[in-house]
Amino acid sequence: MPASVSLSFSLPLSPAASPRSDPSVAASPFGAFRCSGLRFCGLRREVLSLRSLNSEASGRISPYPARGFSKKVLAAAKSNGSPTKGFDYDLVIIGAGVGGHGAALHAVEKGLKTAIIEGDIVGGTCVNRGCVPSKALLAVSGRMRELQDEHHLKALGLQVSSPGYDRQSVADHANNLASKIRSNLTNSMKALGVDILTGVGTIVGSQRVKYGKVGFPDAEVTARNIIIATGSVPFVPNGIEVDGKTVFTSDHALKLEWVPDWIAIVGSGYIGLEFSDVYTALGSEVTFVEALDQLMPGFDPEIGKLAQRILINPRRIDYHTGVFAKKITPAKDGKPVLIELIDAKTKELKDTLEVDAALIATGRAPFTKGLGLENINVTTVRGFVPVDEHMQVMDADGNLVPHIYCIGDANGKLMLAHAASAQGISVVEQICGNNNVLNHLSIPAACFTHPEISMVGLTEPQAREKSEKDGFEIRVAKTSFKANTKALAENEGEGLAKLIYRPDTGEILGVHILGLHAADLIHEASNAIALGTRIQDIRFAVHAHPTLSEVLDELFKSAKVNLGASPSVTEPVAV
Amino acid sequence: MAASSSTTSVAGAGPLLSFSSSLSSPSRRLLLPLVRRSSGGAGRRAARIPAISAKIREIFMPALSSTMTEGKIVSWVKSEGDRLSKGESVVVVESDKADMDVETFYDGILAAIVVPAGESAPVGAPIGLLAETEDEVPLAKAQAQSQSQSQPAPVTQSPPSPPSVAAPSPPPQPPAPVATPVAVSEGPRKIVATPFAKKLAKQHKVDIGTVVGTGPYGRITPSDIEAAAGIQPKVPVSSPSPAVTPVPQSPSPSADASAKAPAAALPPIPGSTVVPFTTMQAAVSKNMVESLSVPTFRVGYPVTTDALDALYEKVKPKGVTMTVLLAKAAAMALAKHPVVNASCKDGKSFTYNESINIAVAVAIDGGLITPVLQDADKLDIYLLSQRWKDLLKKSRAKQLQPNEYSSGTFTVSNLGMFGVDRFDAILPPGQGAIMAVGASKPTVVADADGFFSVKSKMLVNVTADHRIIYGADLAAFLQTFAKIVEDPESLTL
Repeated sequence: MPASVSLSFSLPLSPAASPRSDPSVAASPFGAFRCSGLRFCGLRREVLSLRSLNSEASGRISPYPARGFSKKVLAAAKSNGSPTKGFDYDLVIIGAGVGGHGAALHAVEKGLKTAIIEGDIVGGTCVNRGCVPSKALLAVSGRMRELQDEHHLKALGLQVSSPGYDRQSVADHANNLASKIRSNLTNSMKALGVDILTGVGTIVGSQRVKYGKVGFPDAEVTARNIIIATGSVPFVPNGIEVDGKTVFTSDHALKLEWVPDWIAIVGSGYIGLEFSDVYTALGSEVTFVEALDQLMPGFDPEIGKLAQRILINPRRIDYHTGVFAKKITPAKDGKPVLIELIDAKTKELKDTLEVDAALIATGRAPFTKGLGLENINVTTVRGFVPVDEHMQVMDADGNLVPHIYCIGDANGKLMLAHAASAQGISVVEQICGNNNVLNHLSIPAACFTHPEISMVGLTEPQAREKSEKDGFEIRVAKTSFKANTKALAENEGEGLAKLIYRPDTGEILGVHILGLHAADLIHEASNAIALGTRIQDIRFAVHAHPTLSEVLDELFKSAKVNLGASPSVTEPVAV
Repeated sequence: MAASSSTTSVAGAGPLLSFSSSLSSPSRRLLLPLVRRSSGGAGRRAARIPAISAKIREIFMPALSSTMTEGKIVSWVKSEGDRLSKGESVVVVESDKADMDVETFYDGILAAIVVPAGESAPVGAPIGLLAETEDEVPLAKAQAQSQSQSQPAPVTQSPPSPPSVAAPSPPPQPPAPVATPVAVSEGPRKIVATPFAKKLAKQHKVDIGTVVGTGPYGRITPSDIEAAAGIQPKVPVSSPSPAVTPVPQSPSPSADASAKAPAAALPPIPGSTVVPFTTMQAAVSKNMVESLSVPTFRVGYPVTTDALDALYEKVKPKGVTMTVLLAKAAAMALAKHPVVNASCKDGKSFTYNESINIAVAVAIDGGLITPVLQDADKLDIYLLSQRWKDLLKKSRAKQLQPNEYSSGTFTVSNLGMFGVDRFDAILPPGQGAIMAVGASKPTVVADADGFFSVKSKMLVNVTADHRIIYGADLAAFLQTFAKIVEDPESLTL
C-alpha cells in the first residue's frame, strides 16, 4: 500500500494509468485511493486522506521506480482520454495561463478529454509579462544591491570594485527565462496530449465554444464543461496616456528597454514595489504615487511600516500618498513626463511631477471581453465574472450556470497565479464529482523585493475585525530575523515574522514575514493553515539548525496557546 | 540664550574630552520607549530649575533591554520641525535584539535631532530636543548646537557649513541647460529635485532653494546637492560602464568643486580596514587639528636627575611616583614663571591662570586622557600622590568628571619609561605650554675643571604658544625647573 501511495505522490502530473472513458475506472491501479489523488492545493478533504497515511511511506520514496513508471504512463497518456458521449471534449479551458495549465494537467490526470484555447501566448501573464520575467529582473537587482552595498560587503570581508550591468543582457535574461518557462509549459501539456487550440475563444451556448484567429473561419467545439481562465491585463486609469515608451505598464517595463534616471511608479502594491526594487538597484530614482494614505496598503500595517523603513526610506525613493495621478502626459516636444496629482479626497490639484518615465502599476483589470458571456446571460461585475465558492459562474439573476466555471484573475477572488491554478484543480475535482471548496485563506502571497515579503491568511486588522464579530480572542506573536543565526551569518538580520492566532484553539489565522527569503519561508505557515495544523502541534516540529526556517520555529514556540483540554486526541491516526 | 542653557558652561570647558558633559545637562529629560515609564526624575529636575520658562525637553536614548549600553538610531520617523503628539513614534532605535519604536510622552515640536540616523549614542544620552511651542524652536536649536559641540563631533558627519559653500548667487537663476530648451516658464519656475537629491539635501542641511539644478529639464540632481554641500561625489556604482577609474573624475565643471578636493581622493590601499573613531579618539583628533592654528616652538633642556632619582628611592615606599615628582617640580617652576602657565584664548591677550593645574597625559586603552593634578604647586607630594592614584582609578573606569580632565593649565607628558630619549609634544588647545620628558640615562659629563663623571641626564622638551611665551621665558622656566630637579629637597617641603 505505501508503495502505490508513493507513486501517485511523486507523479503529480501523471494521468491515471488507464485513462480511457470512465473516470471512475481511471484510477483503478490505486485501488481504494481512486480519485482521492493526494493533491496538496489546500483542499481540506484530501488533506485528511493524506494525514491518514503512514508518513514514513511518503518520506522514503525512491525516485527510481517512479521515474520508470512515469515514462510508461506518459506514453499511454498521449491520447488524452476520450470524451463523454456527444461532446468533443469533457473540458474546454479558455486561456492557457497558469490557471488554465494547472486545470488542464489535473483534468488529464483525472481522465478527462481536455482542450485548451489560447488566444495569445501559452503561459499568459505570469509567464510572459508577470511573475516570471520580473523574477529574472529581481534576481539581477538583488545581486546588484548586494554588490553595491559596500558596508555590507565590508562586513563580510569582501571587496568588489565598481559593479556594473549591461541593460540588454539583463533584459535578455528576463526574456529567455520567459521563453524557457513557456516552452516547458507547452511541452508539459503536449506530452499529456492536451489539445491546444489557437484563437480567441467565445462561448456560444452553454456547452459550445467557438474559436478562431482573426481572418480565419471559426471552428466550434462542444464541451461537457467549460472553464474560463482568461486572466487580466494591466489596469490603466482614465486620464493616463500610455505610449509604451515613457509612460508604460508592467508589460513594457519587463522588457527593460531603458532604465530611466527618474521614474514615477503609480501604485505601491506588489507590482510597484517590486519594480521600485529593480529600478533603484539599476540606478534609477523612484517617486511613488499612492492614492491611499499610506504606502503598501495591502500589507499588514506593521509589515508595511517596517517595509517602508527597509525598502523605501533608505533608498532613492520618495512618495506622494493620498493623491491620484489625474493626468499623465508622456514625454514629448522637449518636455518630460508630466504627472498631475490631485488630492484623493478634495480632488484639488496638489502638485505636478516632472519625471523621465512613469510606470502604471495601479492593479490589473480582468480580461473578459469577447468571451460571449451575453450568450449565457452573464454580466460581469467591474469586468469580473461572478462565481460561487466552487468557481461556478453565476448569471445575471444570481443563478448558477451549469457546466461553466471561471478561475483566476477573471473572477477576481485572489489575483495570483498559484491561486488560479489551485482554483482550476478545485474545479476539476468538482467536475469529477468530488465536492471541493478551496480555502483561499491558505493561499500564500509573496512580494519579491530584497528582502522579500510574504503573507498568508488574515492581516492583524482583518483578524481583529473577525474576532470582534465572532467573539473570540486573538493574539499576536513576533520574532525578529535579528535573533536568527543564519540571517546573521548572511548579515541580513533585518526582518520580522508575525503570527496572528487564536489562543483558545491554537488556530493560525495569519502569518506575515518580511525578511531574507520570506517568500520561501511562508509555506510552513500556509501548509499549516491548509492542513489545519494547530500551533500546539507544529511547535514540536523540528527545524534544521541553523536555517532561516527557525524564524518560524521560534514564532510558533513564542505563541501562547491556552487549551482547556489535552490536544492529543483530535486527529484519528491510521496505523 | 546663554541664560537659558547652562550647558554652555560645560561646552566651553573641555579642552580634550567632554563626552560626559551631558551628565550635567540642565534640561528635563523624558523618555519614552514603548514601555512607558514614569519619569519621576524629570519632575525633580524640573523643580530644581524653575528659572527656565521655555520648555525644551530632551529625548534621550532609552534602555530597551537590561543589557543595552548604547543604541543605534535606525531612523528618525519624524523630521526636524515636525509636530509631535503624545504617543507618536519619533525614532526607531536598534538594540542588540530588535528595532523598537520610541514614542514621545509629550506634545511638541521636534526642534533638533542631536544624533542623526545611523549613529549610536549611549543609553541616557540626549538624541533629540523637543520644544513645546514654535517660539522655543530656535532656542532648542541653539542648545542642540552647543550640545553637539560639547559632544565630540560624531566622526561620520562632516558638516562643512553648508550655505557658505553653496550657490554663489543666492537667488536661483532660472536654469537653462543647453540641451533642453525649457519652455518659457511663466512666473517663478518651481523647483524640481529628484528623490535622492531631496534626501541628500536634508541630510547635509542644504537649502534646496539655493541650488541650481544641472540635470535634465533643469532639475536638481544628487550631484548638484553634493557639490553644494562640498562633498566629493562618489563614483556612481550602478553606472553601466564597466570601466574602473579610481582617478577622481571631474564630473562637476565648476572650478571650485575640483579645487576643493585635493588630496582626499587617494586610491584606497587594498586590504585596508576602516575603523571609525571612538568618541574619545574623535575628541583627541579634533583637539590635535585645532592645535594647528597655534604658532608653537620648542625648547629642549638637559636635566641631571641623580638627586631626583635618590629622592625618588626615598619617597617611593610612601606611594610617591616619578610622575608626581615631575608634576610637582613643573608646578614649582611655573609658580616662578607665571607666563608659562598662562594661555592665549583670543589671540589678543594673555590669560594668567590663578591656579597651577598640571595635566598629565595618560594612555588608556585605545585612547588618551589628561587627568589634572589641581593646585600642584600648593599641595605636597604625598597628597598629590593620593590624588593621582584616585585620578588613575577613575580614568580606568572612565569616570573622570569634566573638571578632572579639562582644567589643566600646563601638561606633562612622560615617555621616559619606554626609553625614549627626546620627543616633541603637541600643545593642547587652551594651554600655553606642554612638557615632553624623555628617559633619564647615564651620561659622561665633563665639568669645568676637566673632571669626567657619569651622571644621569634626561632631556626635557617644552612646546609653547609663541604668541604669549617667548624663547627667553621658556629658557628661564626650564632653568628653574632644572635647578629644582637637580636639588630636589624643596620638592618635599
